[in-house]
Amino acid sequence: MTENNTKGERPGFFRRVWNFFTRPAVAIAAGTLLLAGVVLGVLFWGGFNWAMEMTNNEEFCISCHEMRDNVYAEYEGTVHQSNSSGVRATCPDCHVPKEWGPKVVRKIQASYELYGHFITGVIDTPEKFDAHRLDMATSVWTAMKKTDSRECRNCHDFEFMDFTLQENRAAQNHQAALDQGKTCIDCHQGIAHRLPEDYLNAYKDVAARVEGR
Amino acid sequence: MTKKPLISALTATALLAAGLAFAQSAASPVESLRGAQVDEQVAVEDVFHQDEKRFARSYRQQPPLVPHSIDQYQIDLKANRCLSCHDWTNAGERNAPTLSMTHYMDRNGAQLDHVAGTRWFCNQCHVPQADAPALVENTFESSGKN
Ligand code: HEC
Ligand code: HEC
Ligand code: HEC
Ligand code: HEC
Ligand code: HEC
Repeated sequence: MTENNTKGERPGFFRRVWNFFTRPAVAIAAGTLLLAGVVLGVLFWGGFNWAMEMTNNEEFCISCHEMRDNVYAEYEGTVHQSNSSGVRATCPDCHVPKEWGPKVVRKIQASYELYGHFITGVIDTPEKFDAHRLDMATSVWTAMKKTDSRECRNCHDFEFMDFTLQENRAAQNHQAALDQGKTCIDCHQGIAHRLPEDYLNAYKDVAARVEGR
Repeated sequence: MTKKPLISALTATALLAAGLAFAQSAASPVESLRGAQVDEQVAVEDVFHQDEKRFARSYRQQPPLVPHSIDQYQIDLKANRCLSCHDWTNAGERNAPTLSMTHYMDRNGAQLDHVAGTRWFCNQCHVPQADAPALVENTFESSGKN
């Protein structure tokens, strides 16, 4: 192997690749090279973001039966799918962060979750889905509690809520939430899906953990 | 063996009755659930809004009417959202009226720490009220003085 470097002989494959990346190019003009780099960069970046977008809509989310038959079916008819104003919140609106960094992190987590779909099939029947739901809900709650319900706040904001137009209970609770620093998910679990058994105790545990109590 | 003719007679009568009932239902035209032909326009019903005030009870044992929206609350075998505010463990924190003791008593009269199974489906007894006209004539009079 080490003979590869002896004079006169053609370097080995790995050596040639190494040279290709480390030696200055002689045959191509620097300008051309730069341009090619830019074009390739744009293509990759565009492709990456395209892939992010393609996997960031409701159609994609419910293309697997686990989501379509369980959470999507439950979400149908809830206030976020059908309401007087006709504004809708789709799966990624609540489940995928808008900012780039957290979004990429969430997408990487999602690829791991696909492992469950293709390999272990942890939730591939409604019964298994239900058995697993408390775990899944717990991880969603934990994320929301940690980010101060960031995804809800993409659309909702206490600043622009007219408490006088709300139902008494809502106005009182929201004022209390502002005063006590509570976040949306503290009171609004099960806003889009069915809740599992013993959900409230599980949520209280999540809240205690995140608040470090 | 005197029972046999009796049984046959009974069976025959039952069959006859069933046959008559069937013939009658076949004679009257089938009515669709929406009560109109497929190509008939049905006007959308008026929307009536829910009354949102605390109601006085019209008789002593009346389950109080619900003074707030309830559409959004899940009540099924797994979860009961009403309890997240009204159960004695949460009511103080959520500033809601606590369930009265009758809700914690099972059918044998034993006192429980959690809501009794017979009281799980709240909207069996508690309903909201809308400002809609009565569906059927109603001569009910409150047994209260008012
Ligand atoms: C894409 C925007 C969007 C996002 C994200 C969103 N919502 Fe909403 N939300 C809406 C709209 C639109 C309505 C319906 C307003 C109406 O009644 O017309 C609504 C209604 C509601 C209601 C009223 C429910 C009722 O029964 O009247 C609650 C509570 C609520 N949202 C909580 C949340 C929570 C909690 C989150 C985060 C998990 C969230 N929303 C995320 C847009 C959004
Ligand atoms: C302390 C508990 C609490 C917190 C925290 C809280 N809410 Fe609410 N919210 C309520 C209650 C109670 C109602 C009225 C009944 C219901 O929908 O359950 C309500 C109602 C609403 C409604 C419907 C209002 C109406 O009357 O039309 C919206 C929208 C809403 N909440 C959004 C939010 C958002 C967004 C957050 C986070 C920024 C939030 N809530 C945080 C308790 C809370
Ligand atoms: C209004 C915001 C909102 C929308 C829209 C929404 N979700 Fe959720 N989702 C939540 C919240 C909040 C939870 C945490 C559990 C709970 O409180 O019900 C959750 C939990 C889940 C879970 C964990 C299992 C469970 O039931 O708890 C899955 C899977 C899920 N969502 C998928 C989806 C899919 C697929 C869609 C689109 C059809 C969707 N969600 C739309 C807010 C939302
Ligand atoms: C977000 C917390 C909350 C939830 C969830 C909730 N309630 Fe209430 N409920 C209240 C509050 C607060 C009052 C007092 C309202 C008032 O004083 O105007 C009340 C009042 C009532 C009353 C009237 C009691 C009386 O003595 O007049 C009934 C009945 C009732 N609720 C039933 C229900 C039922 C049934 C459900 C579930 C479908 C439910 N509630 C869910 C907060 C809640
Ligand atoms: C079998 C019928 C029945 C069921 C089911 C039932 N209730 Fe009641 N409830 C009553 C009656 C009757 C009263 C009034 C007498 C009393 O307090 O026992 C009442 C009283 C109440 C009160 C007022 C208590 C007070 O002291 O002012 C609330 C709040 C209430 N119920 C909520 C609920 C909730 C929430 C559920 C579901 C978990 C529920 N109820 C299930 C019959 C029922």
